[in-house]
Amino acid sequence: MKKTMMGNYAASWGAQLARVQVIAAYPITPQTLIVEKLSDIVADGELDAKFIKVESEHSAMAACIGASATGARAYTATSAQGLALMHEMLHWAALARLPIVMTNVNRAMAPGWSIWADQNDSLSQRDTGWMQIYASSAQEILDSTLIGYKVSEKVLLPTLISFDAFFLSHTMEVVDMPEIELIDKYLPPYKPEYKMDVNDPRSFGALTDEQYYYEFRYKMQKAMDEAVDVIKEDGKEYEKITGRAYSLIHPYRCEDADMILVTSGTIAETTNVAVDELRAEGKKVGNLRIRVIRPYPKKEILEVVKGVKKLAVIDRNISPGYSGIFSQELKSALYNEVDIPVRSYIAGLGGRDVKIEDIKDMANDTLKNDAPNDLIWKGVKI
Amino acid sequence: MIEIRMHGRGGQGAVKASFVLAEAAFQGGKYVQAFPRFGVERRGAPVEAFTRIDDKPVQIRSQIYYPDGIIVLDPTLIEVVDVTKGLKKGGWILINSDKDPEFYDFGDDYKVYTVDATEIAVQNRLGSRTAPIVNTAIVGALAKITGIVTIDAVFKGIDSSIPRFQEENKSAAKQAYDSIASG
Repeated sequence: MKKTMMGNYAASWGAQLARVQVIAAYPITPQTLIVEKLSDIVADGELDAKFIKVESEHSAMAACIGASATGARAYTATSAQGLALMHEMLHWAALARLPIVMTNVNRAMAPGWSIWADQNDSLSQRDTGWMQIYASSAQEILDSTLIGYKVSEKVLLPTLISFDAFFLSHTMEVVDMPEIELIDKYLPPYKPEYKMDVNDPRSFGALTDEQYYYEFRYKMQKAMDEAVDVIKEDGKEYEKITGRAYSLIHPYRCEDADMILVTSGTIAETTNVAVDELRAEGKKVGNLRIRVIRPYPKKEILEVVKGVKKLAVIDRNISPGYSGIFSQELKSALYNEVDIPVRSYIAGLGGRDVKIEDIKDMANDTLKNDAPNDLIWKGVKI
Repeated sequence: MIEIRMHGRGGQGAVKASFVLAEAAFQGGKYVQAFPRFGVERRGAPVEAFTRIDDKPVQIRSQIYYPDGIIVLDPTLIEVVDVTKGLKKGGWILINSDKDPEFYDFGDDYKVYTVDATEIAVQNRLGSRTAPIVNTAIVGALAKITGIVTIDAVFKGIDSSIPRFQEENKSAAKQAYDSIASG
């Protein structure tokens, strides 16, 4: 059934449809509405879940880890400084191989104090072992939550779903809510092979010497490799029941493109519109939206970009001292494989609006210039 | 696609107005998008909210710079904010004001309408005289002026996006709708 909702509520209803059993969360703007709604849903008896109020985000993730270890489907949501405070526990959740799903509303790290869109919060957690999804519509937030649990519970790695503050979190749009009966078939209850159970005691997270730790990491990497195919399969299965397709990358008008823009988040949706306008001007441009950055879909990206003359990356994030993070990832994927010049743009930090004209400017700049460039500040006011 | 920008002051309900309008258009079978400029609007400070209405899902994720129409919830904003910035030629401006449209001079490129949404809000006990909540009255007037949404769709929009005082809000919308002369 189609209805209107803010992106934040799409996350809440996604968690409800997934029948999460434990929610532990601490409020932070712009995430607050997500857990506020879930608290209502639980209090109204519309979801059979334990809602745990905690004193910090670190505790929120610790509670999710405990719940997930006992075999419960656990959920939390956060943003920016809250995600940073969880950092230690993020490593724990991933190395303990717990299929927790978390929503993160992408908000700029302070100071300057900001509550607006910026991907540095979640990209700072890139190496914690979580799968990372960047959603670009409210519909995708809801759908990704459901697909997220299915994938996570197969490969035993947690999933982080991030989306832009305000451009999605507080934007009302039309979302098609899938019927719960369909979702119950798609996402059956979580039944782990091993769980923390007082009647069947085992050790979890015990001291692990060098004879074993190395292999833990190896197995985690294997799980990430496996996740590439699982994300595709479970995305296809989701398409069968809802008609909506999701994969790791979402190319738009890339088939015959001379130049491809590489984007993520809400900028990717605006880029589709910019690409239509550029095409109408006779410019053969495409848009490749990176939806999943971990596991990194290297093979899939190469498949799309291999014949292209130039690439332009738009990053709403920066690794200070080097460049945009999606740009670094892309260049490392190209190296040793294909020789395509990449121009890398930083745009929209701290929620600065990225307009259709801005995207067209960056595209035209790349069309005009053949030289690669690691770092171009789009619209910096200095 | 129709793009509408609302100018108000924090507390007047500009953000809610953008949501009610979007909900009304959705009830009429359209795809919609509505959002505030910043999301932390302070009481009394100038605020902006946006509504996009289209026959297909809206993909533009930036603010509205070239609106088809503008709603001004507080006429004193006209002195401090360039409310017509980017307004398309032939676009409309709907102002909450007790003055006639002729009182406002925006040149010949735009059509100006006024509705005394403050008085209508007060009569319907929406907010107080010093801080009236004028959003639903203004959306009612917009339904008459533009025909983008029907008044019935506005009622449905109020039902599903305003949690309290729905009858008072519907009454305000209808009163504003009726106060605009046809044609």
